[in-house]
Amino acid sequence: MLKPSVCALSVSIATILAAGLPAVAAADPVKVGMITTLSGGGSGLGIDVRDGFMLAIGDNPDIDLIIEDDQRKPDVAVQIADKMIQSDKVDVLTGIIFSNLAMAVIPAAVNQGKFYLSPNAGPSALAGKGCHENYFNVAWQNDNLHEAAGSYANSDSLKNTFILAPNYPAGKDALTGYKRFYEGELAGELYTKLGQTDYAAEIAQIRASGADSVFFFLPGGMGISFMKQWDQSDIDLPVIGPAFSFDQGILGAVGEAALGVKNTSQWSKDLDNQANQTFVADFESSYGRLPSLYASQGYDTGKLLLSAMSKADVADADAFRAALEEADFESTRGSFAFDNSHHPIQDLYVREVVEEGDVLTNRIVSKVLEQHSNAYAADCKM
Amino acid sequence: MSASLFIEQLLNGLQFGVMLFLMSAGLTLVFGVMGLINLAHGSLYMVGAFAAAAVAGWSGSFWLGLAASLMAAALAGALVEIVVLRRLYRRDHLDQVLATFALILMFSEGTRWLFGAFPLYLDVPEVLSGSMHLPVLDIVYSRYRLAIIVCGFVIALGLYLLIAKTRLGIRIRAGQSDRQMIAALGVDISTLYTVVFALGAALAGLAGALVGAIQSVEVGMGEPVLILAFVVIVIGGIGSIKGALIGAIIVGLTDTMGRFLLPVFFRQFMDNAAASSVGSALASMLIYIVMATILIVRPSGLFGKAS
Amino acid sequence: MSTRDTSISVLSLLLLGSVAVLAQWLDEPYFITLATKVCILGMAGVGLNLALGYGGLVSFGHAAFFGIGGYVAGILASHALNYEPIMESPWLLEGTTRMLVIWPITALVCGLFAWLIGALSLRTSGVYFIMITLAFAQMIYYFAISWPSYGGEDGLSVYLRSTFPGLNTMTGIHFFAIAFVWLMLAMGLSSRLVQSRFGLALQAARQNPIRVSAVGISPYKVQLTAFVISGVITGIAGALYTDLNRFVSPSVLGWHTSGEIMVFVILGGVARLAGPLLGAAVFIILEQTLGGWSENWQFWLGAVLIVVVLYGRGGIIGLLDRRSARE
Repeated sequence: MLKPSVCALSVSIATILAAGLPAVAAADPVKVGMITTLSGGGSGLGIDVRDGFMLAIGDNPDIDLIIEDDQRKPDVAVQIADKMIQSDKVDVLTGIIFSNLAMAVIPAAVNQGKFYLSPNAGPSALAGKGCHENYFNVAWQNDNLHEAAGSYANSDSLKNTFILAPNYPAGKDALTGYKRFYEGELAGELYTKLGQTDYAAEIAQIRASGADSVFFFLPGGMGISFMKQWDQSDIDLPVIGPAFSFDQGILGAVGEAALGVKNTSQWSKDLDNQANQTFVADFESSYGRLPSLYASQGYDTGKLLLSAMSKADVADADAFRAALEEADFESTRGSFAFDNSHHPIQDLYVREVVEEGDVLTNRIVSKVLEQHSNAYAADCKM
Repeated sequence: MSASLFIEQLLNGLQFGVMLFLMSAGLTLVFGVMGLINLAHGSLYMVGAFAAAAVAGWSGSFWLGLAASLMAAALAGALVEIVVLRRLYRRDHLDQVLATFALILMFSEGTRWLFGAFPLYLDVPEVLSGSMHLPVLDIVYSRYRLAIIVCGFVIALGLYLLIAKTRLGIRIRAGQSDRQMIAALGVDISTLYTVVFALGAALAGLAGALVGAIQSVEVGMGEPVLILAFVVIVIGGIGSIKGALIGAIIVGLTDTMGRFLLPVFFRQFMDNAAASSVGSALASMLIYIVMATILIVRPSGLFGKAS
Repeated sequence: MSTRDTSISVLSLLLLGSVAVLAQWLDEPYFITLATKVCILGMAGVGLNLALGYGGLVSFGHAAFFGIGGYVAGILASHALNYEPIMESPWLLEGTTRMLVIWPITALVCGLFAWLIGALSLRTSGVYFIMITLAFAQMIYYFAISWPSYGGEDGLSVYLRSTFPGLNTMTGIHFFAIAFVWLMLAMGLSSRLVQSRFGLALQAARQNPIRVSAVGISPYKVQLTAFVISGVITGIAGALYTDLNRFVSPSVLGWHTSGEIMVFVILGGVARLAGPLLGAAVFIILEQTLGGWSENWQFWLGAVLIVVVLYGRGGIIGLLDRRSARE
């Protein structure tokens, strides 16, 4: 048997060696393929994710990054993924914004042994039974922000909410997520047409329903249209929504109609932690605009990747996976960990839209869910 | 369901219809006079909205923005007509489809290039902001939407007078019935075409600006409206302004009332969430069902000349 | 059909085939994927060209057939892969991943839809026909988005391509071979049809329907038959497209898809046998090269298309025709 001191010595030598070793792994840079939406409608989100990610990785010689535009078309996304996997031989894929594109690409990619780090979409189909060891979600499971909204409605003692979302899977997930936590009555439940721009008919129904509050999930232009028309209706009810409709990129277009609206998010510009302050300052000085939720998610994705690279070689998939699972990076959200389904365990906040100078932005009001994870995680056998 | 809610929804349908009319009037005019299928009409709507948002944002005045939308769309229309479309009048409809499809790509990407990927801000003017009580049944209704309805009918009347009473109108009508004849009569046909196209473009731009104040001003906003405008002119009968007005109101009412009433109807025999989902699915198909039915019964639309 | 059309067709097929073989040899699998995409979209265009080019039936709703074909393939395969029967009563109906079973079912379903849509749409003509076909496609599009059983807007993943005896369809070049043979079959069929009595009647019905009825042929029946065949060809292309991507979603049913298939035909040359193939090839080449060159590539794509319309009457084949006429 070794003497304790020798044992300690050998351990510390091993540590020193290990710390010095990653230089060996750097012989081959990690190939990262980013598939994201850079043209057409919805490109604002993709651009933010890309910029956040690039800010995080900087000029890292150990990363070989390829970026392609998916045009928000699922078939194009699949073909790009095929190209990145077959021709470019990437190790890690990331970047997809929209759930329907994610569903088209991720299952096939991870089954071919590639890692996928999701900076935005978190469809429920991949969170439970459909989870995969190589799929890591760095943003949220799709239901999360809606669950937080439901929980906030309880704490604000709202009893009779009118809820609406577009008639497609993410919309149904949203209303399900809200109802999972919300304990009051529903004054009404409406599904709208995807891409709808006029909400006069829905607003009239809300007015007639006797609701005491409104929850809506209408991403992109739909939310802008809804909020502007809502503002014109002079109905004085509190509105709650997920952060998507009140985020930095979109607030300018909604205008003052958004002032005072409560929205739920896992991140906010004013979150008080060192990583976030660095991120916000760096993003503003690099790109000349305020960072959005999506930019923060892109940034965290980049930092997660760097943390795993510093611990393991991507060629050793098991070690790399273990390194990712540790999520040993300084997240802009403060605490961040993965649950068994590789979805984040994180705090969720409610934010309020406020005016800073002449710029609309968000400020944190309170924390609604602490160390919240994924409702489907129990179905994930991994 | 109360009577006032029902009437409010009828008003909403009417307002939607009037907005569609502004879009379709130009489309049907251009088709009637020049025989041109213009897929890029939705892009002119977008140009109007972006011009209004940019100018209103810079000057702080909605009305200046509105004027800018008319001018920008008319200019863009005239430019496109002179540079590209003029050469395609005698060509097959298919060449026009390809060219105007290409124009959509250029307009959309060009706008994104100029204005960035994020939506722009355009607000309703102070005087028209908020809602008011209507004298009947205690209905509360948005001032701005009422103004759109009024504005739409004024423009419809103006177009009617323009076409029925003015010299330009006579030429337009002559062009609609016999294109060769009007050229033979010594009318400067290429100027007439440019003017008609610019007029149609200006109407689309105006619609874009009016709607931009209560919707999202973003790239691609013109495409769903374009499809609806085509539905309108086909229901009304291509080339007919009256048809466009009636078609627009039919589409506006069908869409709004469908979204409103179908979920209520399905709630009679299903639970809330399912009824809303099924009702909304059917509502989104409804205008196309109505259109197909009308065309099956009247293959040239309601007011179209039989082909 | 001129011998010139035939030689252009043979040449472009040879070119496409050699691109794939070369890509295989150089180990560039992505180019095989692109060549396969050209085959499939070209085939969809060949289907549309039959109605649009030869029959004068300008359908703005062929995305309906492309998408329905895609969904038939996707639904059958996903049921088979998940071991869930499609229905158990009144009789047991299982899914399948055998292409040889999927294709006839696709043809049948698409044929039925094309017959229904065609029968109603053919009551109209001209621009009304364009718009009524669009209306039917839009109905199906919105239905697919809001129909939850097969994923709605999220679409349907099948993970594996369906199988074909003797080939490994997951290998790019093998799957290319299948798509390539289908493209040749579609072009062959289309060329035979156009030269047949039926094809002559179809083209005559486009130019002068009254005279056609005078000789005792119903233009309606001829046009409807052409529309159904056209829908079936485009539908089978849709089924192949699902296999290429191992995924299908409502976006293939949208009006953009109809527009793009139409653009392939017009760009290549309307009523020319190889038109849709050349159109699809050039479109995809432009998309790939411009996309690598500028973020605003769609702007430049539009500009190139406009130049082609203005100065290249009759599409790419028209351009080739005039060049050879000058020489």
